[in-house]
This record gives sequence, C-alpha cells and structure tokens, in this order.
Amino acid sequence: MIDLTTLIPMLMAASTPILFAALGELVVERAGVLNLGVEGMMIVGALAGFATAVATGNPYLGFVAAAVAGAAVSMVFALLTQVLLANQVASGLALTMFGLGLAALFGKAYEGIKAPAVGPGPLGLNWIVWLGLASVPAIWWFLNRTRPGLILRGVGENHDAAHGLGHPVRRFRTGAIAFGGAMAGIGGAFISIAIVLQWTEGMTAGAGWIALAIVVFSNWTAPGVLAGAWLFGGVTVLQLRLQAAGVAVPVQLLSMAPYLATILVLVLISARQKFSRRAGLGAPGSLGQNFHALR
Amino acid sequence: MMMLTPRTETSTGWQIATPIMAVLATMIAGGLLFAIMGYDPVAAIRTIFWDPLFGPAASYSRPQLLVKAGPLILIASGLAIGFRAGIWNIGAEGQYIIGGICGAAMALAAYPGEHWWLLPAMIAAGAFGGWAWAMIPAMLRNWFGASEILVSLMLVYVAQKVAAWMAFGPLKNPEGFGFPGSRNLQQYPSASNPELIAGTGAHWGVFAAALAVLATWVLMSRHIRGFHIRAAGLAPRAARFAGVRPETLVAFCLGLSGALAGLAGIFEAAGPAGQITDSFGSGYGFTAIIVAFLGRLNPVGILLAGLLLALTYIGGELAQLTMQLPAATVQVFQGMLLFFLLGFDLLTRFRITRGVPA
Repeated sequence: MIDLTTLIPMLMAASTPILFAALGELVVERAGVLNLGVEGMMIVGALAGFATAVATGNPYLGFVAAAVAGAAVSMVFALLTQVLLANQVASGLALTMFGLGLAALFGKAYEGIKAPAVGPGPLGLNWIVWLGLASVPAIWWFLNRTRPGLILRGVGENHDAAHGLGHPVRRFRTGAIAFGGAMAGIGGAFISIAIVLQWTEGMTAGAGWIALAIVVFSNWTAPGVLAGAWLFGGVTVLQLRLQAAGVAVPVQLLSMAPYLATILVLVLISARQKFSRRAGLGAPGSLGQNFHALR
Repeated sequence: MMMLTPRTETSTGWQIATPIMAVLATMIAGGLLFAIMGYDPVAAIRTIFWDPLFGPAASYSRPQLLVKAGPLILIASGLAIGFRAGIWNIGAEGQYIIGGICGAAMALAAYPGEHWWLLPAMIAAGAFGGWAWAMIPAMLRNWFGASEILVSLMLVYVAQKVAAWMAFGPLKNPEGFGFPGSRNLQQYPSASNPELIAGTGAHWGVFAAALAVLATWVLMSRHIRGFHIRAAGLAPRAARFAGVRPETLVAFCLGLSGALAGLAGIFEAAGPAGQITDSFGSGYGFTAIIVAFLGRLNPVGILLAGLLLALTYIGGELAQLTMQLPAATVQVFQGMLLFFLLGFDLLTRFRITRGVPA
C-alpha cells in the first residue's frame, strides 16, 4: 500500500513550503524578533509567485517574484516593530490578517487558471526542493561560522549588549525580517506553483503557523528545522495516503492529523525545554522584545 | 533631528485620539486602494461607512449592525482581558466554532421536543464547549510550557475540520436531501434565538454582549483579579512576588475568553446562522482581535470598536452588491486598520522631541 520510492519524493515536496518558511523565521528569531506574520507573507508569496508564473510562463521567475513580494510585505512589519516600536505579537497578527485579505482581493482574477509546471530536477525532485535542502547547511554556516551571523545572534541574545558594542541592532533585525519574508514568500509559492498548481483563497491553510511551531521544535537550529519539516511532511503524506486508501475514518478527521501532530510535537519539545537541566538554552534571550536605544 | 523619549505614563489624550486617527488613515489608504483598483474612492468609502446607517437601504442594514457587533464585542471582551495579562488567545475562532457545535448538538439531541429549558441549556453547552476548547492551550501551557499562541491557533484548524465532520456526519440533517449541514434551528421554536425587539436585530447574544461589557468593566476596575491581571501584564516578576499565580491567570483568562467565544458561537448557530455547516467559522474570532486592540483593551472602547467593525462588514456587503467590490476588501480594510493603530500607538508611549542624540 505504501511504496517508499513514491513516498519519499512526496514527503520532500510536502515539507518544502514549511522548510523555507521555518528557515526564514529561524533567522528572524535568532535576531531576537518574533514575527507571527509568516502565514500572511506565505499567502502573499503564493499569489505573487503564481501570478508571475502565469504571466511569464516561467515558474522560476514566479519564485523570484514571491521572494520579492514576501520581503516587501515583511517591511510593513519591520516599520511597525523596528521604527514605531509596536508590539511584535500584535504586528505579526496584523500582517497575517492583512496578507490573507490582500491575497484574496487580488487573487480573484486567478481562480481556475493552471500554473506552468516546475520541471523535475535530479532524482525526480525539482530544483526548488534542492534549493530548500541546500539552504539548511548554508544558514547553519552563516549563523555559526560567519561574523555577520555571530553579530546577528548577539543582537538576538542581548540587544543592549550588542548595541553597547556598536552593532546596528535595528539594521540587523530589519535585514533578518526581509530575509524571513523572502523565504516565507518562496515557501508559499511552492504551494501554489509546485504542489497545487492553482490559486485558491487561503490555500496556505496554516502552513505558516506550523512553520512557527517547527522553529520551537528545532530548538532554534537549522538542522532541527529540517527534521521538523520532514516530520510534518511525513504526517501530511501519510494522512493523504490513508485518505486515498479509503480507511474507515472520516476524511475530515484524517485531515486534522498535521495540526494535531504539530500540537503534540510542540508539547513534547516545550516539556523537554521546561524540565531539562539545559532549560532556556534554545530561545534567543531578547526574543520578542523591542529595542529602543536611549543613547 | 527627531528623537523619541519614553513617557513615564501612557498619554490618555493620545489613547483616545490614536484610534480615531487610525480610522481616518484607513479610509484614506483604502480610498487610494480603491482608486488603484479602478473604483470611485469617495463612493466606495461612503458606501462602506455612511450608507449602512443613513443611506437609502438603511432600514434594512441598520439592524444588521447589532447582529454583527454582538459576537465581536462578546469575543473581544474576553480576549482583551487575556491580552492585558500578556496571555495571547489567538484561537477564539476555534472556541466559537466548538461552542456553536456543542450548543447545536444539545438542541438536536432534544429534537423535536419542545422544552422551556432548551435554549438556556444550549447556551450553557455553548459556553462550556468554548471554555473546554480554550482549556487545551491553557493546560498545555501550564503543564508543559507550550506556547498558547501556537496551540490555540492550531486548534482553529482542528475546529474547522470538526465542523466539517459534524456537517457531513453526526449532525447532518436526515431530511436534508443529502446536503451537508445540520437542521435549521431557526425552524425549531424551543431552540431558536430570535430577534427580541423587532427591527433592531437584537437577539439574546446582543444582550449577552452588553452584559459582557459591563461584567468585564467591573472585573478589571473593581475586582482584585482584575488588578492581578493588570499587574501581571505590566510587571510579571513583580506580580509573582506579590502572590499572583501565573498558572491560575492563564487558566482564568483563556477559560473566560473561550467561554465568551463559545457563547458567541451558540448565539450565532441558533440565530443568524441557524445551522452548523462546514463553513460555520465566520472569522469573528479573528476580527475580534482587532476589536480588542482598537478598543484599547478597554470595555467601553471595545463596545465602540465592535460597532465600527460591524459597520465595515455591513458596508462591505453593501459595496459588494452595489459596486461589485470584492468580498475580501473588508478583510484588507480590517488589516490596515490594525496596522495604522499599532503605528500611531507610538504617540501614546513616546514623546517626539527635537534634539540631537547625546
């Protein structure tokens, strides 16, 4: 019933949107910013990518446009939290609501159109899947082995100390937010261009929120994000397979599985972080706090 | 050069002025958006904000104001209490759905018997359903430290699937010719939540919303728990030393907001919506977040903000009918409103001064 040679490519495809979005959010959170707007940036990316792919006939240009669009809407969040010092939780929620509305508004014209397909790459997986996989070591290397990566982590760990050392806290955070927006945009576009091949309202269906949970799961590390995305991809594919196999469980209950799995994983990880002796090692020290330099 | 100096106390004047500024800015930005999309901006803004109250069709649309504002105010009152304590219930939409389902299930279990106690029992079941659904994130946070933001939000998607399952499965109307959806409770006298004062749109949910405003005002300004909530939000560590137990607050705030969202759900299921369908979730739970912020997390403010956002719903529907404006416009408007509000909020907490950084 379940054949591994088809299962693994399906798993990889199902996990790619979450992988991109979560890697982006990982960098944002390591810089000390909690952006709950991932879902909004993803859906904007899904539409911008789809529209561009349809207009140009080139799916890869679609991914470029999705990255630009995701980064562009993330700048609204950056303006609110970095310049106007608004609450990060509320600003992120606003970004999600705005993005969902904006995409629904401009997406009406694209309903019922088919996207140009992304051609297969090595091993039957397309190039965007490979790009996502390659991003994992690249981001790990950037965060742990480069000077800007070190400063970015310092900004996230203790913004006052970083500022005291003369590092531009807001510039690093704004850059991280833009990167997170671009990655979320690519992730969203993967859903519309490479998985569903169509535009439907609200098609990201909570993928952005799952990406946020996976960052917690990863304990704020890039390899952990990959593991989390695969776990999620596995649950999604398994659930779809069970639906296709006609298991005697209502379809609606099976389709809850990804969300329930996310909650379960979130609980297990939070419990480990709460009860372990190394508690508090994972989350950046200044996460979610705004920075205002008095001098 | 412009500089920001933190205020020692938030400015009350700006607290009142900034929501008004945010509404005006939204109208201007919305007008620009309409102009870009090729609509007459002045006509669009007038259709959304003026015509539902004073236009030619106002006699039809005015009662809708209370119908839409009721659930928003009910949910936002609960959310605001949690937000004040730094407890973020983002899943009111799910609690609303489960509340509606529990209440409707109670009615359908009694069908077709007519009992005087049925509507009260449904209301209790709705509140319980919302409360129980909210206790999941509350307990997972208290026991394991799991983020209530993410868990409550995930549960919205789960609740939507539950609603779909109910509409296609257990609660499906056996006389519904195979269409998904439960029996229509409006056609079941003991279980229906009718308009109580003709022509106003006021059903039991609207009275419950008014009561919620009053009760939350008493709680926040007159009760020790309200003081604990405010203390926990302003200075969590200090509050802990003063004997405020964070676990109790988490359970209280999430439970209360969940129960109120569940109430909104059952009033809707037995009233305007009439039945449980796979699209029972209407977005009230999310819009209520905007209502809470626009109302400054303050009961009276929430009352006004709820009426305003209800107006955008009705105006949006009117603009759809008369100007063929897309339905999603309202959502964009609501998002923009929150953006502007959060931006202008700077003025309540900082003073803008001219000067050179020392």
